[in-house]
Amino acid sequence: MTVLPGLPGGAGGPVAPGTDLAPAPRPARRPRPSPVEVAAAALLGLLVLAAVAPGLLAPADPLAVAPADAFSPPSLAHPFGTDESGRGLWTRVVHGTGASLLIGLLATLLGTGLGVVLGVASGLGRGVAGRVADAGVGRLIEVLFALPGLLLALVVIAFTGPGALPATLAVGLATAPGYARIVRTQVATVRRSAMVEQAVVLGRSPATVLLRHVLPNALAPVAVLATLGVGQAVVWASSLSYLGLGSPPPAPEWGAMLAAGRTYLGSAWWMTVFPGLAVVVTAAASTVLGRALTRRRTEVR
Amino acid sequence: MTVDAPPAPARARRDPRPALRWLVGRAVGGVLVLWAVATLIFFAVRLVPGDPAEAILGGPGSQASDEALALVREQYGLDRPLVVQYLAQLGRLATGDLGSSYSLRVDVADLLLAQLPGTLVLAAAALVVAWALALAGAWWASRSGPVGARVSSGLEVLASSLPQFWLASVLIVVFSTELGWFPPVSTGTPLGLVLPVVTLAVPVAGFLGQVTRDSLLEASAAPFALSARARGETPGGLFARHLLRHAALPGLALSGWAFGSLLSGAVVVESVFARPGLGRTLLQAVTLRDVPLVTGVALASALAYVVVVALGDLAERLVDPRRRTP
Repeated sequence: MTVLPGLPGGAGGPVAPGTDLAPAPRPARRPRPSPVEVAAAALLGLLVLAAVAPGLLAPADPLAVAPADAFSPPSLAHPFGTDESGRGLWTRVVHGTGASLLIGLLATLLGTGLGVVLGVASGLGRGVAGRVADAGVGRLIEVLFALPGLLLALVVIAFTGPGALPATLAVGLATAPGYARIVRTQVATVRRSAMVEQAVVLGRSPATVLLRHVLPNALAPVAVLATLGVGQAVVWASSLSYLGLGSPPPAPEWGAMLAAGRTYLGSAWWMTVFPGLAVVVTAAASTVLGRALTRRRTEVR
Repeated sequence: MTVDAPPAPARARRDPRPALRWLVGRAVGGVLVLWAVATLIFFAVRLVPGDPAEAILGGPGSQASDEALALVREQYGLDRPLVVQYLAQLGRLATGDLGSSYSLRVDVADLLLAQLPGTLVLAAAALVVAWALALAGAWWASRSGPVGARVSSGLEVLASSLPQFWLASVLIVVFSTELGWFPPVSTGTPLGLVLPVVTLAVPVAGFLGQVTRDSLLEASAAPFALSARARGETPGGLFARHLLRHAALPGLALSGWAFGSLLSGAVVVESVFARPGLGRTLLQAVTLRDVPLVTGVALASALAYVVVVALGDLAERLVDPRRRTP
């Protein structure tokens, strides 16, 4: 098949014409990252900086109230405007990065962790027990898929009650079935590969085969997908907060800011738009990077 | 095999058995899914610390008297062994009795039936708009070369990473507060439906657009497209008669996923636009920790998921002749 330039897209947006549209003289093994991918990586770097050292980007105190400044629209002093207590939203968005990214990371870690355990459990067993485990996990994944997206997260919160930790747990659990399905297929494929067959013939113990051969190969695609997943997890966690089920309002966390801004949407739009924009930027950057990584993985093969 | 076999193909096509087998298989799978969802929720309720009787009376804050708690325990059979309670619950569910809501004191089944049409209209309209956007975008991208492909790919990434609550807020600020074109809350008029439908449709269109565009480009590079063009097929005719089927297939295979996205979107959209519907009912149930209502919505959505996936499978078979022969 002829390779149409720029098609297996992850990158979009304004691209200088002819940057990498001309047919390459030799097959490039490592395609150069597009400007959009570079921008996405830079944005993620900025987000990490904001998470690690928020004081560098926003020296003010995110919790100090100044009632006289309440509900000021965006200005030079407050680029994102101020909230109902006169706290600068730029400061609060920057200081909220750490908490929001942490929730996204923890939820993704929980989701991938559970997914790997379920996927490996279903793909590894031998004989009747193995088949039963595989069928059981397969059914469980199917059942959890019937409560798609936020639904499973909402059902979990119905039992745990609202809060930042329950929301993280709920998002993690809600993403687990997706990862489990991928690991399950991957383990099943790797198990049947010649590499594993040879290791078994050479007399390697099942544990060695699992740790040295099956797991690394099954986990590689999950690691790439997790890059995409962090953005999704941040979106879901902030959606739960927006609905009043995540972090409670006084905390400088994006979801909590969104929940607080909801009441004032008609009069102070900046209270919702800017914390939400932070979520959008995080999600878009992680999507672009995740897709670039996926493409690289499939192309290097 | 025998030589004098009757001309089978003509009869085999009318043979109802594969269709029947498909239907029975789907139905059995669906019942299993519903049973599993009911079971998971039943035991999750018992695992969570806290007294179920207290939850029925309005949670720990209600300070219910011991007599009231004892009465509720007896009334709801909470003093019986767990297995008996579980079987009784399954028996009730099997007859379509979802119990009555703790918080609203009304029959859950009646409540869900009353809320269903609002969500159904919203989701169906959003699905149509999303498909229209995805197909239009894919068609435009396939006609406008590499730059178009890049632009539409960027738009798709953006659309699919927009959180619905944020999109809804921005749309309200721009089109209700500033321009005053559409009402910020759903009023039941067609005009009030515009912003909720757009909010729900855009992220779904982003995802559908990605897969649709990929398969459309693959199809337009295929030999059959070249030969159709050589026969003098116009670009529009080529798209409508030959490429559309290929473009739609991966999107149809994603119908289960699209349903999930629409339903979780409905929770957000119905709550932002104050629209009555299943999503808002679920949110209310979760906030008030109303177990029968949560169970009801979960079962209803699992049932709808099973039906939607089956319909998606059916649509794939209708669109793709290769999948029709058993």
